[in-house]
Parts: sequence; C-alpha cells; structure tokens
Amino acid sequence: MNNIIKIAFRNLYRQKRRSFLTMGIVAFGVLAVLLFSATAGSFKNFMISEITDSMLGHIQIHAKGYVSSLDNLPLDKTIKAKQIKEMEKILDEIPEIESYTYRILLGGMVSNYLESTSAKFSAIIPAKETKVAPLLEERLLKGEFLKKGEILLPEMITKGFDSKIGDDIVLVATNADGSVNGQPLKISGIMESVVGPTGKYGYIHFDDAKSILRMNETEISEVAIRLKNFNDLEKVNSILNEKLAAIKNKKDQPFFEIHTWEKLSPFYNIAKMIDMMSLFIKIILIGIVLVSIMNVMIMAVYERTKEIGAISAMGTLPSKIRLMFLFEGLFLGVFGSVIGVVASLIAIFIVNISNITVAFGRNSNILLQPEVSFSQIVMTALIVILVAIVAVLEPAFKASKLEPIEALRQN
Amino acid sequence: MSLISCQGISKIYKMGEVEIKALNNVSVEISKSQSISFIGPSGSGKTTMLNLFGVLDKPTSGTLKVIGTDISKLNYVERAKFRGEHLGFIFQNFNLIPVLTVYENVEYPLIMVKSIPPKERKEKVLSLLDAVGMLDQKDKLINQISGGQKQRVAIARSLTTDPKIVLADEPTANLDHESAYKVMSLMKRLSREIGTTFIFSTHDPKIVKEVDITYTIEDGVLVNREERNN
Repeated sequence: MNNIIKIAFRNLYRQKRRSFLTMGIVAFGVLAVLLFSATAGSFKNFMISEITDSMLGHIQIHAKGYVSSLDNLPLDKTIKAKQIKEMEKILDEIPEIESYTYRILLGGMVSNYLESTSAKFSAIIPAKETKVAPLLEERLLKGEFLKKGEILLPEMITKGFDSKIGDDIVLVATNADGSVNGQPLKISGIMESVVGPTGKYGYIHFDDAKSILRMNETEISEVAIRLKNFNDLEKVNSILNEKLAAIKNKKDQPFFEIHTWEKLSPFYNIAKMIDMMSLFIKIILIGIVLVSIMNVMIMAVYERTKEIGAISAMGTLPSKIRLMFLFEGLFLGVFGSVIGVVASLIAIFIVNISNITVAFGRNSNILLQPEVSFSQIVMTALIVILVAIVAVLEPAFKASKLEPIEALRQN
Repeated sequence: MSLISCQGISKIYKMGEVEIKALNNVSVEISKSQSISFIGPSGSGKTTMLNLFGVLDKPTSGTLKVIGTDISKLNYVERAKFRGEHLGFIFQNFNLIPVLTVYENVEYPLIMVKSIPPKERKEKVLSLLDAVGMLDQKDKLINQISGGQKQRVAIARSLTTDPKIVLADEPTANLDHESAYKVMSLMKRLSREIGTTFIFSTHDPKIVKEVDITYTIEDGVLVNREERNN
C-alpha cells in the first residue's frame, strides 16, 4: 500500500503545475465556503442574539390560540393564576432553563395631554425581564430602566410628542371586560426599536398593567424563557411540549402553546435564507472539486495510457491500478482542503482584525466577527475529499479496464 | 511438457466491416530454456503471436496453452494474475515508469505484482541490477539514462518475478548498434544462467543469429523454422 501511495504521489509531482493548479482551485472553493459560512454565520448569530436577548427570549409560552391573534393582543386568551402555578412547577424542574419571566401584552392609547397615539406595550417585571432579555437595557437611548409608575416609550413616539425624560403621559387601555381605564405614568426612558419594523412598542411595569387592566388576580399573556445553552432549544422545546400537554383547557385540549424564537420572529426566514446560501455555496464547491479533479484525472489516464498498458501487461491487477488513481485524486482533495483551510483561517483572522461593520434594518453598526468551528472545517474538508474520490472513480475504473494491447499501441 | 503449445490458432481482427486475419492456423511447440525469435515483415503477425503467448490476447480459434493453461478460458483478472506469476515483458519503447528511479522500476513488479518481503526484495533487485550492469545507476530517474541503459533496466524488470517466459517485442529496435549488441548478449547470458525462455519478435539479424530457433512468419502463416546450435 505504501508503495502505491508513493507512486501516486510521484505521479502528481511529475505534473507539478497542473497538480498545484487543481489544488489551488479546490483550495479556493474551500476558502469561499468557509469564509462565507463564517461571515454569514457571524451576522446570523448577531441577529439571533439581538432578537432573543433584547426582546423575545429563546422560547415563549402562551395560552392556546394567543399567537394566531397576536396582532390584537387579546386579553381573553391569557394564562390564569391556576395554570401559572402548574406551569411554574414544570419550568422549575427543567435544568436547562436559566430564567423565565411573565409579560402582559396590551394595546392602548398614550397621550401627552395635547396629542395621543396608539401603541403596544409589554408589561414586564424588570428584574426578571433583564435576566431573560439581557440586552433590553442596552436599547435604552436615554433615561433609566423601568420602575413602578414609569413608562419606557419608543423613540418614535417621544419624537412625535416632543417629550423628554420625566414628562407625564397617560396610558389608556381597554380591559378584558371591555371597560376603559387610564393611568398617568412618568417617562423614565426612551427606547430604541429593536431591529426591523417593530413600530411603536413600549414597556410598562407589570403591576401598573394589572392596575390599568383591573386584574384582581395575576394573569399573563406570555412567558418568556431563556436557556442556559442556546443549542438546547429543540430539546427544551420538546420537553415543554410533552410536559405542558398534560395541562388541559375546558375543551380537554392542551392549554398551552409553545413557540421557539424561530416561530415568532420574521428574521428566522432570513436566517434560513443565509443557511440556504451556505448550502448553495457548498454545492458550487462540490461542482468545482468534481469538475477540476475529474478533468485532471481524465487527462492523466489519457496521457499515461501506454504506461498503464505496460504495468497491466506485467500483471498488475486492475484493483491496484484503480487504487493508484484513487490515491492521486485523494491527494488532490486532501492537499487542496488543507491549503483552503489554512487560507480560510488567515482570511477570517484578517476580517476579524479589520473591524468591518455592516448595516441591517435600523441597526447600522453590526460588527462582523466571523468564526468557524472545528466541526465546520472538518465537514467541509470531508465533503471535498469525498467528492475528490467520487470524481476520480470514473477515470480510475477506465484505467483499470484498459486492454494492455490497446493501451500499449497508443502513441 | 511444452512451455507453449499452440495448435491451429488463428487471430482475426475486425475493423468495422473488414476482417483482418493476423494469424492463420499456426501450430508451434516451444520447450523450456529455448530462445526463440519470430521474424517477418511488418504486419506479418509477429507481434500478434507474442501478444497471444504473453496472454495479452486470446486466439479467435485453435488451442493455445501457456505453461499448461488454456488461456482462452481465463478472464481479464485471471490473465493479469497469470502474466504476473509466469511471464516477463520487454517492450520496444522500454515503457519504464518515468517517475520512479532505476531501482524502483526494477522493484515495481515485486510490489505491485508479486509481493515478497522487503529484505528479500532488496537483495533480488540489487542482484538483478548487478547482473544487467546498472547497479551504479540505481538511483537515477529514467530520463537520466541512455536508451541502451533503459533496455537493460527493462530486462532486469522483466526478470524480477522469476518468469518462465520473457517476451521481448523488438527489444533492440530503438537502440544503436553497440547497445543492441550488448543488450542481446545480456539476454542470451541471462537465459542460460537463469533458465528462462526468451521469445523475441524482431527484424534484427543480430538477434536471429543469437537464438536457438527462428520462425519466419509471412501473412500470418509460419513459413519456415530454423534451428541453430549456439
């Protein structure tokens, strides 16, 4: 075997320029895949972290039917105290959950006594909310984070109202019974909208929402959950689905519905597109490797037909001739991959130290910090090596089936 | 027992609609330790004869037994194995592997065809290189040696697997007079020393003078057999 490897290696070396060119093409393909995956992955991860850490959390739990009517923020599809208690017991038993918080979502009118506008609000428990959405406070453009009796207004409204920190406004909302109630609140901070066209979305204290909505008992619109490890998303999702399914509503159907961030954010579609683009780039890589290596090996068989005829005449078995060509293709794939991986790591390092920023939506300063995982490198290299072997199969079989007489006759 | 026994063999090549009869009802018996040459004009069927004896091809009709094996019953892989075990080849254009050194070219059949332990292999290769006078050139690549030297390397390579028969197709055709003489003398000496049967196809009168039996082929038919006491 060692000698077949040695001969295969030397066969590549005798056509140095061609072999290096082929390896260069393979390496370029690997570079393109890894650099794109690392950069697009960095952007995707940044965006997912922005969305989950500053607003959604990783998983949300609602009463059945709430999400489908989310635009109306219905107050008749809330989770009541009894279900909250049962649910808490389950959540506390799942070790993968880092923290969770309750929210009441409501729509209402805000007025600065001169003008009024409609807006949506999330009523939060500040201490718990910041554990689930740690980047929420970073969205504060001015002022301080929320306390009871205060309101965080989106920049869009404060600009329209020409309001400033400390100004009083009135929030008027309709409760579940249909009666209208209002409460004066002090502007404690001005929030930047999260990425995307989220519109007018403010924050009030959980207790203030209960008071405005005249809730005697605690009712919540949603539970937002943060996991210790984001990669446990699917695992925890299925645990929750399984365990919470035991809690039924009056129709004897599961009371809760559970959604991961993917089902709640439109960015998920963009993330999917990024993944699709990575896949397409990988398919292009496969094409590059397949065509370049197959081309080189077909040429090699053609040029070395007489030589193949001679070794075949001497009694070299077809399997050994095949193996020799397979090793040649394998080496092109392996060396091309190694060069490509090294070039990718250098390119990724350069992008990282260059502090390149891109704009997306209202976020104009997304810092690209591409990183590539060991598994991504291994997977890309394996794809290349596998394709290299596939590419060389046809020429290798052709070489091994050459009739020695015909081959020896070739000029 | 004859080393090669052929009874009424014919070989017909089809080129489109046209049939070319390269050999026509040829019968030959070749015994061990003889040196044989097939002579005749171009296209007479010499190379076809050697291809059949070398188990590189099968006769269209007739019976051909090489070392007691009916070669028409062997498939592609069995024929390759048979060649590796029993036959050696020397080609007109040497057909050495250019990426390997002189030593590695001679070693090649012992790696790819007939595996023997490394120590034994080394001894065998060095002894054959010594026998053909190429020991001092063993580390050179093929493109660094002359035509005569290449053919000597090819002779050494053909003998590494201890073949019973070595088939040499026009072995001196690409050599100058002096090199051809040296190569022919070498093959004659080795034939005697090792006891291997050498079968040549040739135009070269020098070869004809040196062999035990010469067959003349014309238009695919054996027309003459001449025996010499060398």
